[in-house]
Amino acid sequence: MNFEFSEEQNLLREQASGFLKDHCSTKVVRKILDGDESYDQELWTKVVEMGWTATVIPEEYDGLGMSYLELCVIAEELGRSLAPLPFSSSVYLATEALLVAGSKEQKEEWLPKLASGSIIGCLAAGEGKGQVTPKSLTTSADASSLSGSKLPVADGDIADFAVVFAACDSGDGASTYLVDLNQSSVSRQKLDTIDPSRSHAKIDFAGASAELLGKEGEGWALLNNIYDRAAVLFAWEQVGGAETALEMAKDYAMGRFAFGRPIATYQAIKHKLANMYVKNTLAKSNCYYGAWALSTNAPELPIAAATARVGAIQAYYFASKENIQTHGGMGFTWEFDCQFPYRRSKLLSINIGSEPVWQEKLIKAIETGRAA
Amino acid sequence: MDFEDTAEEAAFRKEARDWLAANVPTKEEKEGLDFLAAAKLWQKRKYDAGWAALRWPKEHGGRGATAIEAVIFGQEESKYQMVELGVFAIGHGMCAPTMMAWATEEQNKRFIPKLASGEEIWCQMFSEPAGGSDLAALRTRGEKDGDEWIINGQKIWTSGAHYADWGVIVLRTDPSAPKHQGLTYFFLDMKSPGIEIKPIKQISGGANFNEIYFTDVRVSDSQRLGEVGQGWQVALTTLMNERAAIGSGGGGVNFKSVFKLAQNINIDDEPAISDKTVRRKLADWYVTESGLKYTGYRSLSALSRGEIPGPENSIGKLVGAPKQQDMASFALDLLESSGAIWDPELSAEAGLFQATYMAAPGGRIAGGTDEIMANIVAERVLGMPQDIRVDKGIPFSEIPTANS
Repeated sequence: MNFEFSEEQNLLREQASGFLKDHCSTKVVRKILDGDESYDQELWTKVVEMGWTATVIPEEYDGLGMSYLELCVIAEELGRSLAPLPFSSSVYLATEALLVAGSKEQKEEWLPKLASGSIIGCLAAGEGKGQVTPKSLTTSADASSLSGSKLPVADGDIADFAVVFAACDSGDGASTYLVDLNQSSVSRQKLDTIDPSRSHAKIDFAGASAELLGKEGEGWALLNNIYDRAAVLFAWEQVGGAETALEMAKDYAMGRFAFGRPIATYQAIKHKLANMYVKNTLAKSNCYYGAWALSTNAPELPIAAATARVGAIQAYYFASKENIQTHGGMGFTWEFDCQFPYRRSKLLSINIGSEPVWQEKLIKAIETGRAA
Repeated sequence: MDFEDTAEEAAFRKEARDWLAANVPTKEEKEGLDFLAAAKLWQKRKYDAGWAALRWPKEHGGRGATAIEAVIFGQEESKYQMVELGVFAIGHGMCAPTMMAWATEEQNKRFIPKLASGEEIWCQMFSEPAGGSDLAALRTRGEKDGDEWIINGQKIWTSGAHYADWGVIVLRTDPSAPKHQGLTYFFLDMKSPGIEIKPIKQISGGANFNEIYFTDVRVSDSQRLGEVGQGWQVALTTLMNERAAIGSGGGGVNFKSVFKLAQNINIDDEPAISDKTVRRKLADWYVTESGLKYTGYRSLSALSRGEIPGPENSIGKLVGAPKQQDMASFALDLLESSGAIWDPELSAEAGLFQATYMAAPGGRIAGGTDEIMANIVAERVLGMPQDIRVDKGIPFSEIPTANS
């Protein structure tokens, strides 16, 4: 039994964790939250220099050609540090879309730039309130031009291109397009969100020039495939964040005195934190399962991804809200850092399909698996 | 990252599997044997072939195997679903490690091989009516009389006391000392005069536990483990092994059984599995069950590398026991009024859901209540401080025991 990261992967974790401790304290998160910048460009440059954006991109496209296990390690540490970066959009979503469905020419054009961090990609599926489905899509496209509005698009205000999902009369009801966002027929507007440390935009396409990614009428299957893969990476970020929330709660409980003793001595607080630990541990073990399935391209990836995703959503939400509760009134202030994991936990839990969506995916995948 | 055995592990697994296939007692061999006799037959056979007590040193009748080898043998053996295996769990898992840590070499030579071979069965007598979660509050007295001690009092929740040959016991030998300091640890012959054992009937209908009354029972001072007043430290050896022995708990209701039920039973004339609420609940249980499974795999990986598993190991019972209860309760809801029927002929899965529903409260209490397990996670894993103890430093005899 070797259900564990390798020594090299653990070294990478130490390196990533040390780097982020030095360069991505909560002060950095707060700077983006309070300021006008959409992300921390200085940190992004360093992350790119370390090769993190190139992790799983094959060497023939100027990537590092490492496995998804390495990317999971990086995701966990980025989540732990609450990094204000467009990493998930560019790496887990846009890069994955090209790796999964890109033609040779498309890969040659985009992947080296994604690897070097000279461009940032994003994914545009949602079109406003509620779950997006092929039936609800109003964005339309013909052979080379695309029109419609997408919101919210994570990192849409700063990305160079988007992977856009548009309605299609044939196949599964959707097609996928690569759209350069730096063209005159594209306009963007930054949105106010529950987590200003991660930027979001509304993007309007008015006959924007677009290039088909994958086959026409296979867009929805592609989106689900990308989401299954990204769900594992998101889950690692979520578990990293949940562990941060537990650490914050523990540190505060040990130092805060009430009725003449540390509140960490009260069982009401101990059981709350023990509960966080239990949920985080189960979620992390399911992330291992997801990491294994993603890195080996296992047929049970849909089950493993949904399992990791549901567990991570629940663990992070629980840890982040109970962290505020443990801090009492101070946890509710702008001055304290408790707001960061609370904001981020909800953001991460809704931006590639929410808890009920993934619970349903899980049961459907189990039914399909058992029927097969 | 993979789920495969190393080459050595695979070779060991094959050896174990082959030996089990050739040696597990057949139905004919067990014909006419009671539970206990069947358990002893199998244990002796393992012992004679060097497959008993795998982790123990060879000179004590064990195999001197590694932790992962013991796990592999356990995995292969559990495929035969021999329920009688539980007979030796306490003696092997808790009493023997305590003896090996605290008894004399001579005593270990006398007792450990017979534990390994199953010829002698042991039980553990810690809990008392006034000492459950607060274990050190036990009151059964041990009074020195020459080279012997005289025991008077009552123990409770003792598994297997009615068939045990020997037992370990913690006694209050100095009521004037503070709670943890007045205790002393012994082992004794369960057939000693003055011991009376009564089974306790549980709400599940079973009787797995006993209460034991001691009236002027004599035990030799040579059967004391550790110093007089050192009983708590010795007891901790036993308890640490208890926690190591508690896994995620197999058997009972699981995702598979509730999923199957939901496919075969209707809500509003449609299969329950098509109901969104049912699907969401099932998804959550799948996620929890999967989390426990892969947490176990992480621990096994540590063992496989020759390391001690991390603290993630400690959550199995805390998660597993309430989950069993909730899933059984939900299955009974799906069964509607028929869920009340507990009859192997008439009930779904031969009464599995009813049996689990009625057994589950015990799982949340035995071996540390949910609340105590949560304290353990908070204190031992997260490093949070203990609660303030109002009985600290006070002579045991002056600690309040009831409202007056």
